[in-house]
Amino acid sequence: MSGKLYLARNKSVAARLLGDEMMLMSGKDSTLFSLNPVASIIWNAADGATPLDEIVASRICPEFDIEAEEALRDAETFARELAGHGILQVSDEPIARPASTQQEPK
Amino acid sequence: MPELTATAEHFSVLIEIGGVPVRVNTTNAEYRGMLEERYAGFTAAGGEAEYEFEVNLSEAGFLDPDADVQVTREANVWSLRRGDFLAEWEPERRRGRIRQTPNPYSIDSVLRIIHTLVLAREGGFLVHAASAVRNGKAFLFSGVSGAGKTTISRLAPPDAAVLTDEISYVRKSGEGYTAYGTPFAGELARAGENISAPLAALYLLRQGPENRIEPVSAAEAVRALLGNILFFAEDAELVRTVFQAACEFAAKVPVRRLTFLPNSSAWDEIG
Repeated sequence: MSGKLYLARNKSVAARLLGDEMMLMSGKDSTLFSLNPVASIIWNAADGATPLDEIVASRICPEFDIEAEEALRDAETFARELAGHGILQVSDEPIARPASTQQEPK
Repeated sequence: MPELTATAEHFSVLIEIGGVPVRVNTTNAEYRGMLEERYAGFTAAGGEAEYEFEVNLSEAGFLDPDADVQVTREANVWSLRRGDFLAEWEPERRRGRIRQTPNPYSIDSVLRIIHTLVLAREGGFLVHAASAVRNGKAFLFSGVSGAGKTTISRLAPPDAAVLTDEISYVRKSGEGYTAYGTPFAGELARAGENISAPLAALYLLRQGPENRIEPVSAAEAVRALLGNILFFAEDAELVRTVFQAACEFAAKVPVRRLTFLPNSSAWDEIG
């Protein structure tokens, strides 16, 4: 990854934590996504202001036994995939007004 | 010479499914007869309608016959279309119009779509599921085509009333849910009983070598439910509403996997 990558949750997405699975549904095409614990951390941290490398370094690497460079590569692939479905917004600059979601705790 | 005028005779049929009375108006006596026959057991002689539709029968050719169903909203007006019908519905005015060819399937589809939209606003839904009432409690049996919805309905014991073998009607009621009978039949080819009961459980159907009931996780329940809820609208707000409705349902209603032998012993596990 050459520069910083910022992520923000898309406001048209419904999200809910069910057990240890974060489930998302795209309002755009009704696609249902199920996030594993690592992906859930990225989703929850996607506030538009925190760069992805910081999310990986501060929240993923300490919790999972994974090398930082590899984790960042996987995280970026994941973020861009979700962005392709309209779930996340990604930008190389901070996203000024991160959209909120209807996320509700279990 | 006095002015010549002609007034078409008007007929109407009040179709009440899930406690939601919908009046369908037509000038065609034959169509009225078809409605009364198709929705026998779900029509009312009189009373107030919550929603009212005017039906205009047309010959085929006003739409692309191969067009898939499309449900969209612009401001307060819902537009429903498929190769055989074109409809508009204004929920606030409680009125709508349907243009269709003279066949029973178009109105059936329009009614299903309207009910999905009505139910979504209150946290309920139509779902691909058989349902039945036993000992005052309703049970849903959900699954894709071939999973066993009609089979489990056929195997229902005499003390169980089948609500439908194809499309179940679920409404929120207080802290729980109520299942209603529907005229939407599958292979059983007969309307369900027009009764309702508090919903006790949802079973995800699978035919197998033995009868077995297993718990499913909340996430699996929501995934299965969303895969079977009837949902047509291309509308982000409604997508979120249906998603939250499925999550809430899975949190309140026991959802289990039912593997069953296709014989009457399957019902030993239920009720």
